[in-house]
This record gives sequence, C-alpha cells and structure tokens, in this order.
Amino acid sequence: MIIRYLALILICQLIGETVQVASAIPVPGPVIGMVILFTGLLFNRGLPSDLRDTAGGLLRHLALLFVPAGVGVMLHVPRLADEWWPVFLAIVPGTLIAIVITALVMERLGRATIREEDKV
Amino acid sequence: MTAPDLAEVWVYLAQKPLTGLTLTLCAYVCGDWLYEKSGRNPLLNPVPIAIILIAGLLWLTDIPYRDYFEGAQFVHFLLGPATVALAVPLYQQLDTLKKSGTALLAGVLLGSATAAGCAYGFAYLGGASTETLLSIAPKSVTAPIAMGIAEQLGGLPSLTAVLVILTGITGAVFGPLVLNLARIKDWRARGLAMGVGAHGIGTSRALQVNAVAGAFAGLAMGLNGLATAILIPLIFALVF
Repeated sequence: MIIRYLALILICQLIGETVQVASAIPVPGPVIGMVILFTGLLFNRGLPSDLRDTAGGLLRHLALLFVPAGVGVMLHVPRLADEWWPVFLAIVPGTLIAIVITALVMERLGRATIREEDKV
Repeated sequence: MTAPDLAEVWVYLAQKPLTGLTLTLCAYVCGDWLYEKSGRNPLLNPVPIAIILIAGLLWLTDIPYRDYFEGAQFVHFLLGPATVALAVPLYQQLDTLKKSGTALLAGVLLGSATAAGCAYGFAYLGGASTETLLSIAPKSVTAPIAMGIAEQLGGLPSLTAVLVILTGITGAVFGPLVLNLARIKDWRARGLAMGVGAHGIGTSRALQVNAVAGAFAGLAMGLNGLATAILIPLIFALVF
C-alpha cells in the first residue's frame, strides 16, 4: 500500500463527492471518482505498478467492507420477520433471475467477440 | 477479580471504537478461514459468516448496533476508496471491454431492468408493505447508490442497505450455481451477471475467481448503479 497512490485514490473520491454535491446528479461520489481515475489512466497511457498494488490491496477483501452495514440487519429483524415472504421472493428468485438473464444476454450477443482466455 | 469489576471493564470496552473494529476483522478472519478451508466453496462465503457471528455476539451482550458501528465505521469508510480503485481492473481489461461493448451494454441494461422489476414485482406479489417495497426496488445496486435511490422514493435507507447486502450474499453464494445450471461458459458473461445481480459482494467473488470476470463485474456494478439511479426515479415519477 503506497501512500502516494492511496492519496491519489482519496483525491479522486473527494473530487467525485464534490461534483456530486455541486451538480445533484444521483450518482454517488465514489463512482464519479472511479470514472475520474479511469480517465486519468487513459490519459496516462499506462498503469504504475504501485497503483496496481495499492488498488489490489483495497479490492482483495472488498467483501469485508460490507460487513459493518450488514450487521445492521439486527435493527430490522422485526420487519424482516413480519415480511419474510415478500423479502425472500424479491431477494432469492429475484436476484438469481437477474443474474441468469444478464449472463444469457451477454453470452449470446458476445459470441462473435469471445477470445480463448474468456472461455471457462 | 470480582464480578462487578469485570462488568466495568466490559462496559468500558464495549464503548471503545477499537472493540467494534477488532470484532469486525476477527469475525471476517474466521469466515475467510472457513471459506479457504472449504476450497473456496461459494456456500461458505465469509460475509454472512462474519455478520452472523457479530450480530449474534452483539445480541447476546446487549451492545447496541450504534456502539458497534463507532468502531466498524473505519472499515465501512473504505467502501468509497475501494469503489474508486475499481478503475484499475477496468483499465487492465480495457481491450476486452471495448471488444464486447454492445453485448455488455445490452446485458447490463436488460439485467438492471430485470433486477429492479423482479425485486419490486415479487415483493408486491408477496404482499410487502409500501415502505419495504420502496426500499427493496434498488436492492441489486451497490449500497451507497441504492440508499440514495430509496431515500428519493420515500423508502428506508438503512433497510435498503441490509436488503442490498442480503442480495449480494445471495448472488455470491448461489450465483455461480445458477450460472453453471444455465451453462454459461464465458467469463465475461459470468462476471457481468455477478456485478449486475450482486454488486460489490458479487464483484469481490468474481475478482477472486478470474481477472476477466472481475473487471466485467466491476464495470457492471458501476453501470447498473448508473442505469438504476436514472431509471427507477424516472419510472416511479411516470407511473405513480
């Protein structure tokens, strides 16, 4: 984790948050920050290996970052217990149908452009 | 040491941010250990394991969620920088992404509409209350965007955060199984689907399995957030 690149990532996020507040667009600051960093990489025409490592460090355990908000489930136990059936329907079949539809569309339309390394 | 002293120590510790932070990391380490031990079996995803361990412990010890979050917010905060960092895998897979432009956009748009439509439709058919309905519509979108959408619609942002995470867990745990059942043998399609359906938790899983899938998942998560943030409030404004 190189401090210089961690600072760069935070600057992108800060600009993103500022743009979001100033323009009132419904896209969160970090997503705008991602677009800013991506654009910067395009102009830079190359990825510094230290930035790659810093980003890799943040992303290696991306799932961990969802744990604190997930523990908030304990605040909603009464509602989830009352409405478990609609919540279950929306979350389990709802999510899995969306996953299959997305994959089928991409696979069918992407047949012409698939490369060896894209195949499972 | 006598019992009252212990209780005092406990009260002191429970209020320290360090406790919430340590608890979060330790619970995740336990979850990750089980996950690795099982040969990365998607059924043993570390996120639900960590959440159950922590929520159980807080419930047993009567520590309010707010006190726990005092410490855990340091982990929560990193979601922002991690989202920015997704630009890196995107850039690394730029050529692949460019080649699959049309298929990718079609997949994200249809998937995004299906995710929000199924969430709202199924919850409605199941008899959900209005608040739950408005909170569940953006559940496949990454948490900060989803919470913003829910707030705009009149739902409960904190409930949305929980539904988003339950969705991510469901996608990460059962997504690979349904993708196998549907015989999807294209890493791009598998990654895209995980990003659209299961946002960051699905992306995390995809990044671990395959680099191409990881980049497509990250991009899909961003584009799905964008599409949903624009489409849902618009549709609600037109229909209701």
